[in-house]
Amino acid sequence: MAPPVKPASADELAKQQRSISVAEFFEKNKHLLGFDSPTRGIVTTVKEAIDNALDACEEAGVLPDIYLGIFRMEGDIFKVVVEDNGPGIVPDNIPYVFGKLLYGSRFHQIRQSRGQQGIGISAAVLYAQLTSGRPTLVISRCGSDRPAYRFRIQIKTETNEPEILEKEETTWDRIHGTRIEIEFKSSLTARKRLVEYLRYTSVVNPHARIRVELDGEAILFDRASDEPIIPPQAILPHPHGVELGELKRIAAGSTEPLELFLVNSFSRVGQKTATEILGLAGLKPNKKASTLSPDDLAKLQVAMQQAKVPPPLGGQCLSPIGEVLIRQGLEKEYEFDFCSARTRPASVYHGHPFIVEAAIGYGGKLESEGTARIMRFANRVPLMYQQGACAITGCISSVNWKTYSISQSGLPTGPVLLLIHVASTNVPFTSESKDAIASIPDIEREVTLALQELGRDLKTFLSRRDKSRQTEERARAICAIIPEIAEKISETIEKPVPDISPIEGQIMKRLVAKKKTENGTVTISLQNYTAHALDLTLYIITSDDLKKAEPEAVFIEEMDPDHSGVWQIRLAAGENWRVTYQGTGNGMIDIRGVDEKKKVVVDLDRS
Amino acid sequence: MTDPKQEIRDRTLKRLLAIPERWYDQMTKGELPSITMPSRTKKNIAYDEETEVWKYGDRERLREAGTEKSALHILKMAYVIWFLKHQITESRSSTLRELYYISEGWKRAKFAAQNDSNLLVEDLEILTDVQREHFHLRPEEDGASIFGPLKIREDTRRGPKEIHCQDDVGESGYQIPTNVDSLELVEHDAKMVIAIETGGMYARLIENGFDEKYNAILVHLKGQPARSTRRVLNRLASEFHIPVTVFTDGDPWSYRIFASVAYGAIKSAHISEILVTPSARFIGVQPTDIRDYDLPSDSLTDQDIAALKAELTDPRFANEYWKEQINLQLDLNLKSEQQAFAARGLDFVTDQYLPARLSDMNILKQ
Repeated sequence: MAPPVKPASADELAKQQRSISVAEFFEKNKHLLGFDSPTRGIVTTVKEAIDNALDACEEAGVLPDIYLGIFRMEGDIFKVVVEDNGPGIVPDNIPYVFGKLLYGSRFHQIRQSRGQQGIGISAAVLYAQLTSGRPTLVISRCGSDRPAYRFRIQIKTETNEPEILEKEETTWDRIHGTRIEIEFKSSLTARKRLVEYLRYTSVVNPHARIRVELDGEAILFDRASDEPIIPPQAILPHPHGVELGELKRIAAGSTEPLELFLVNSFSRVGQKTATEILGLAGLKPNKKASTLSPDDLAKLQVAMQQAKVPPPLGGQCLSPIGEVLIRQGLEKEYEFDFCSARTRPASVYHGHPFIVEAAIGYGGKLESEGTARIMRFANRVPLMYQQGACAITGCISSVNWKTYSISQSGLPTGPVLLLIHVASTNVPFTSESKDAIASIPDIEREVTLALQELGRDLKTFLSRRDKSRQTEERARAICAIIPEIAEKISETIEKPVPDISPIEGQIMKRLVAKKKTENGTVTISLQNYTAHALDLTLYIITSDDLKKAEPEAVFIEEMDPDHSGVWQIRLAAGENWRVTYQGTGNGMIDIRGVDEKKKVVVDLDRS
Repeated sequence: MTDPKQEIRDRTLKRLLAIPERWYDQMTKGELPSITMPSRTKKNIAYDEETEVWKYGDRERLREAGTEKSALHILKMAYVIWFLKHQITESRSSTLRELYYISEGWKRAKFAAQNDSNLLVEDLEILTDVQREHFHLRPEEDGASIFGPLKIREDTRRGPKEIHCQDDVGESGYQIPTNVDSLELVEHDAKMVIAIETGGMYARLIENGFDEKYNAILVHLKGQPARSTRRVLNRLASEFHIPVTVFTDGDPWSYRIFASVAYGAIKSAHISEILVTPSARFIGVQPTDIRDYDLPSDSLTDQDIAALKAELTDPRFANEYWKEQINLQLDLNLKSEQQAFAARGLDFVTDQYLPARLSDMNILKQ
């Protein structure tokens, strides 16, 4: 029989009780920060590093030029390199930025930014030293007149303090910017998602160029806009969003009497509102803010929530992408048939300003079947995980897309892409890993309104497209049937076949492209019936041999089993042009450089 | 001396080919080929005082090859004209049904149904003012039969033949050929023509010797009469000046048979002058007969009622006589067949009803 366990006394227990460092806590709870598996670890690391790089460039007002390298080292160790052309970090701060959790410049500011708490990148450093045991390398330089510094850093988990293993002045070809090299245990099974993350990032950051070397594969996400983002300005907290702790901290640091304190420390509070708040709280306006008792502070906080205060201005502290740039960013990647974007006016939830932006894309490179592609963003950061748990997804499903001529099974289906961006000084995530936006009715309402507006735009496009299909039907009739009429009547009345191109011309007033196959010869003829000269590019994609086409293509690309031939043609008004080649006439032709409404492509082989 | 047949052929070809020639001119000028036709609907039927028949009015419809549908219509017409040209110059002929089957080989220009090709041929008749017989096109249906004191001469493949429609024919009478142009009306000994809707009543009158007793030429309409039947009635009336009467069932559909004989049909209003017998008069069965003779009858169906109401708005029935009769029928809610007279014995119709009714109409003089 085992001896009975002796119960621990309070004194003994006290010996075991000690504070836990933040670093220790996260070492045990990696999933809270998005490091729950090696596969996901690499996505999270890249995400944190690139978010920081973009934020830094934005603050400095420079166009981001970011390099990302991912290299397989020995075994399952990977090295992630991220380099930016941001303002750089002063050498004294570098160990804290990368070697201390919860150290950051943005946590205490009320404005839109990607990172906030100062956890992300240091968590990646911690993850690296836990899995590979290797310290993180940081190089940073703050300008042409200053040297670059090179650090090797780790985190002391017991104390959450940086440990500098190496620090030296060095030379670097960048004038300003930061480079970080992190090595950790991982895998590239999430390669597709990684590329997707980068593409999404590029879509909502059309001002950024991101050069990628992904385990031997080079990818470039080029910029679609040369306008740097105007960095959002920090604003004072809004009375409706203030919690007791925060109020206590602000009050403690104030030397002013209450009324002035309210006017100067919070946004949208004037004399009148301050008087109303103090009246509700039953406090004297000349009492010093720093002398308030905890009870008084609590009364004040309640009164601040109750008082009527105008909503905060989203304009300066938020930085929406804008309708034009969203469309540019999307079209660069997807080449839609139709795209529309909306930036809703700024709105407020719980005293936090926010703006909802959304876009819809149709056709182009999207797959024609299956559920719609959904791109979610918070403060310009793509949300890659937990789509089903996100309030945005819920809003999309609850819109009746059938009203807008789009099929739906829960989510809309078909060649549709939906982009939703929520920008806020405080995006309400469901968890610290920042994957899903919480259900906040004020935000959901704005998302739904944006989606409905886009649905109407798409419907207009679809019905116009159907109408233009009718126009094409008419064109088909004219281009296909009239020649047959001409042929039959000339045979009947024994006269030569009349030239019917004037008829086509009078009716169409467009560029008419015709493809016809006869006895193994394919002829593609173009006739410019518009009143202007046209510079256009003809693409033929077919499995027929285009090498002997007459005239020759300027360029032929092999795309097994097809070839794609390109011709560049200038057609004066009324002029025509043709190309012939041997073959079956399979495949398709496309004309670029002419407005959609100004061209008609007729395939006479299709009947 | 020019051959009259050759003359007809030349005129037909000239008019037919004028259509593609016009299209050719339009196309060389950069215009869409088009046709202009009178609108072929009830709303566009007008009474022509001079000829006393109903013809198409002034409403016209322009069909231009600017839509897929109209372009196809013109393409089909171009094919049919091409086909007819060859048929006429080669002295061949075909039936409307054969034309429909021939179009099978015309790819895009083929007809979806025979009704489409029939309508297109009628369009051509209107555009050329030439009857389809001159295109060497004939219907499948044979003309109906004729029995009575009448001698005709038919131009057959074995030479001309004279036939007396009582002495030289069997009990079912002489069969009218599809092309009435080959028929000559020689002489007669008749006081009236009775056109009869049903075969049963036609046979009853022959069996009862009505033709001999009353010097009547009996014509079997076989339901809605074919063009050839209507042309024979038209010629009997105009060449011999004998009164033509029509004896049908007592329902709205039968009144339309009478109307097509006496007033013309909407479909063929372009050739009303040679098809219609404006002097033709209606014997019965009249709604007043159903009432007065208490004939065995059926209730009107919804379709019957709708047809009667449509007739009240039809310009061809817009006179006092028909308004009274149709309104009476709607009140009675009854219809009767010709054979209903048999309820009073097989001889009732020939011994009682017809002599009385024809006397009323002043055709039979006591």
